[in-house]
Amino acid sequence: MSIVAEAANPIIRWEWVVDEWDQIREALVQHIELTVLSVALGSLVAAILSAIALRYRPMTSPITGFAGFLYTIPSVALFGLLVPYFGLTRTTAVLPLAMYTLLILVTNTLAGFDAVPSAVRDAADGMGLTPTQRVLKVELPLALPYIIAGLRIAVVSTVGLVTVAAIIGQGGLGRLILDGLRRTFWTPMTIGAVLSIVMALLLDGLIYGLGRMATPWTQRARTT
Amino acid sequence: MINRLIEPSSGRLEINGTDILDQPVTELRRNIGYVIQQVGLFPHRTVGQNIATVPRTLGWDKQRTAERVEELGRLVGLEAAMFDRYPDELSGGQQQRVGVARALAADPPVLLMDEPFGAVDPIVRNRLQDELLALQQQVHKTIVLVTHDIDEALRLADRIALLNVGGILEQYATPDDLLRDPANEFVEQFVGQDRGMKRLTLKTVAELPYTQGPVVDATATTTEALAVAEAHGVDWVGVVRDERFLGWADRTDLTNGAVMADLPVARPSARVTPDSSLRNAMELIMTGRTSVAVIDDGGRFGGVVTLDTIRSSLGSELGS
Repeated sequence: MSIVAEAANPIIRWEWVVDEWDQIREALVQHIELTVLSVALGSLVAAILSAIALRYRPMTSPITGFAGFLYTIPSVALFGLLVPYFGLTRTTAVLPLAMYTLLILVTNTLAGFDAVPSAVRDAADGMGLTPTQRVLKVELPLALPYIIAGLRIAVVSTVGLVTVAAIIGQGGLGRLILDGLRRTFWTPMTIGAVLSIVMALLLDGLIYGLGRMATPWTQRARTT
Repeated sequence: MINRLIEPSSGRLEINGTDILDQPVTELRRNIGYVIQQVGLFPHRTVGQNIATVPRTLGWDKQRTAERVEELGRLVGLEAAMFDRYPDELSGGQQQRVGVARALAADPPVLLMDEPFGAVDPIVRNRLQDELLALQQQVHKTIVLVTHDIDEALRLADRIALLNVGGILEQYATPDDLLRDPANEFVEQFVGQDRGMKRLTLKTVAELPYTQGPVVDATATTTEALAVAEAHGVDWVGVVRDERFLGWADRTDLTNGAVMADLPVARPSARVTPDSSLRNAMELIMTGRTSVAVIDDGGRFGGVVTLDTIRSSLGSELGS
């Protein structure tokens, strides 16, 4: 088979790329949509869970434990489990993907709030900030570098996991990969893999850049 | 407890006659400047924004806040160039200055300082203490300062409340009273064996009665000088011309009836100013060749300090 592959089935055949450009573009757009939707939903739920854990400290272990449990479920199995309820729809793809982001997002958010120096918290209270002001104006900004770090990991791993959703007919670039594997035709597989890697790197860089802009104080070193 | 970070379990705490429990806790805190040991500046806010925290919370407009920040910067000795920096870019001493400025921002009547100088090195601490004293001369706040350093307390305080473990009040007195008349053994131990010496640190030469001592004018004769030396029971006489102290003349030279100006004089080795502490004066006397120190009052001869005058300044208050 490898001889065949070298002879008639190169890693990439550019005519195919040109001919099937519409299909590639469509897969690309769907991949981005699934990623953004999943991370957005995951962030929303993670924010709520983190808020509960921060407000009611004893809830921290159950919440992170639950997020950790979700993370252990194999993605293929989870997609399969949801098909009877939601069919081969986008919902079936997004729900598990969002669930997988919870662990990293919640633990990083909590770590960020824990890293706020207690002296800073005391000072905020002592100067008469209300608890809400303290959280929004002091603790949240200071936790931001941790939250952003979590978000970067969540996005990169979601870009990878979206390809798995191809088994339920969603999956964006994953469909190209699956198609290539089925037909033992390497070009769509290569395109799907390379594009998803590039996408992961670009999104990661984008969030990194936005994060730096949002936290200017982290880039200045002590000068004296 | 004054700003209700800890709630009082019993008793009453009043600020300007208002029970602190009778107002919303955030409002109470905005009217109390708060300085803590670790400073607790907001790392994500610039120096200027840090100082502006309470004014902004109180809803001051930008113009008024900016003017106030600038004013406070001058007051605590921060250059305007620092306002745009982040706290992590400042040294420990500078950070603490920002902390003090932030606490004073809304001009609160009361300032709470919780071991404000505990985290800086001794040299910086000394300077910050000086600055605080100078600052207090200008702002006249009621400052409640918590410290474990008895010397810091003695140096800064008008009144000291000495608390034992468990918050038991052992004594509440002025620094001088605390040293002179410790209420019990705990206080005595806490202020240390050298409390007499510490009292000398608190007092300055200016508080002594200025005595001329065995000193004659340069135009006096040696016979007159000899009489002065004998009257004081000393072996030397100081010589003064035009209100300036020239030096000491030895008694053995006072024999030939000449004018004092013609005699050789030894330049004074111990010289203090009215601002010098009595401890400083005493050290100079102990280590100098003469048993007196000369007071140099802005270039003029102000008098002499002897161990006797220092001792009597402590002793005279024992009965009062």
